Amino acid sequence: MRYAMAIDTKKCVGCSDCVVACQTENNVPIGYARDWISETVVGIYPDLDLEIRSERCNHCINAPCVRTCPTGASHITEGGIIKVTPFECIGCGACIEACPYDARFFHPKGYVEKCTFCEHRVKNGQSTACASVCPTHCIYFGNIDDPNSEIAKIIAKRKYKVLAQEAGTKPQIFYLI
Amino acid sequence: MREELITSGRMNPNIDPVLHIWHWQIPVYLFLGGLAAGLLFFAAYYTITGKEKKFQTAVKYAPIIAPIAIMLGLIALLLDLRHPAYFWQLYTTIRLESPMSWGAWILLLIMPVSIVWIASYIKEIFPKFDTEHNFIGKILKFIIEKKDTEEEVNWDWKIKFLKIFEKYTIEKRKALAWIMIVLSVILGVYTGILLSAFNARPLWNTSILGPLFLTSGLSTAAATIMLMTKDHRERMIFSRIDLLLIVIELFLITHLFMGFLAGSQAKIEAANLFLGGEFTVTFWVNVIILGLIIPAILEALELLKFKIPVILPVALILWGGIMFRFIMTEAGQITRFLY
Repeated sequence: MRYAMAIDTKKCVGCSDCVVACQTENNVPIGYARDWISETVVGIYPDLDLEIRSERCNHCINAPCVRTCPTGASHITEGGIIKVTPFECIGCGACIEACPYDARFFHPKGYVEKCTFCEHRVKNGQSTACASVCPTHCIYFGNIDDPNSEIAKIIAKRKYKVLAQEAGTKPQIFYLI
Repeated sequence: MREELITSGRMNPNIDPVLHIWHWQIPVYLFLGGLAAGLLFFAAYYTITGKEKKFQTAVKYAPIIAPIAIMLGLIALLLDLRHPAYFWQLYTTIRLESPMSWGAWILLLIMPVSIVWIASYIKEIFPKFDTEHNFIGKILKFIIEKKDTEEEVNWDWKIKFLKIFEKYTIEKRKALAWIMIVLSVILGVYTGILLSAFNARPLWNTSILGPLFLTSGLSTAAATIMLMTKDHRERMIFSRIDLLLIVIELFLITHLFMGFLAGSQAKIEAANLFLGGEFTVTFWVNVIILGLIIPAILEALELLKFKIPVILPVALILWGGIMFRFIMTEAGQITRFLY
């Protein structure tokens, strides 16, 4: 089983609902965010191409943050979710430096925090907070190993890309283009 | 062609607008670690080759700095941790993939080795000890005693265990030197690998950083020995060693940039920070000119029998060494993959 996410850049309007939903659901300290919106504008006026993406931890298969963690606090759990154990984290910052997506940050208490794919919700059969609030339904979440899941179907059907593929991290967030 | 990238909804401290997780602590630690590695390397090398008598400072006196440097470096590292109360978690596991885990264990091993090394020379470093009028002497009175002899060393241990231990370390010095040379090379290379293991930071992610930091560490150590020694011949030899190390360093830095410029767009942008970008002046003035070229010229002039005050090249080399680490740490955090 492997959890993954597909985000439709054609449908995303960049409303930041996913950001707020995550902050509320996960009690993210004020001033911090586990997910965010990126807008890329490509081209020269008037021929512009705008892409809006909701970004977060990519829960990579070859995760550099897990590799560089000196204590094993950063680890991969069931379903490929990457998590941090607060009482094993020494706050050295190695995983933050190692992440090509800048998806991690120091919690004010000192340990490192990041997106958990809403593990507590997912375990109970629910979707992640960000996916369930998205007003345009542009976030698909599920078990990519199951060919009947919504995400496996949309990945099979649509063209997609991943971010910083050349970093060799094998990210598990797919952007439909 | 990417025209503009806007990130919204995220303003995480130390991450946005540019990554700045590691501050002064890391470069200071990298410098002290490299210096300690270099000092222990030279001490071990000249012991293994049987030239202890010829290189008294390198073998006997300079290693005293090593454990002090490592200790200060460790304090810097501890200050860098945001969750320092849990630092002991480093020693509950060995993670071969993580350079920081390697480093933590190497430091734990090299610290006692360097202290035992100094302990084996303690009578030669302090042959005369005043237990009557000297403050430290008074404190140490309960483990050492003064002898009224005409011998070179006027004191001995009171506790029998210390006598046996000292005798043992002196006998086994060569074995200790072999352990120390291996550990010191690992420590020296590790200070570079710590950075080069980060794939996400294109400026650091080059395997040449390991040898480059090792060479730089050896160079700062050679400079320190030059400053400490009173023996003119020893100084001249270390001046020559240092000159060679500087040439190797310049060669490695050239390769570093050649590699970047022949690399991907992310690497080219990393190199451009130093070739016209915001670190150009800082890097070329402090590291290349002041830290490498001028001391190289001064050392070459010295070899040609010109009189050069020793503090000049030494201070410049140490300055170059510390600036190099500061600039690499700062600049590396700005570089990133482009998407």
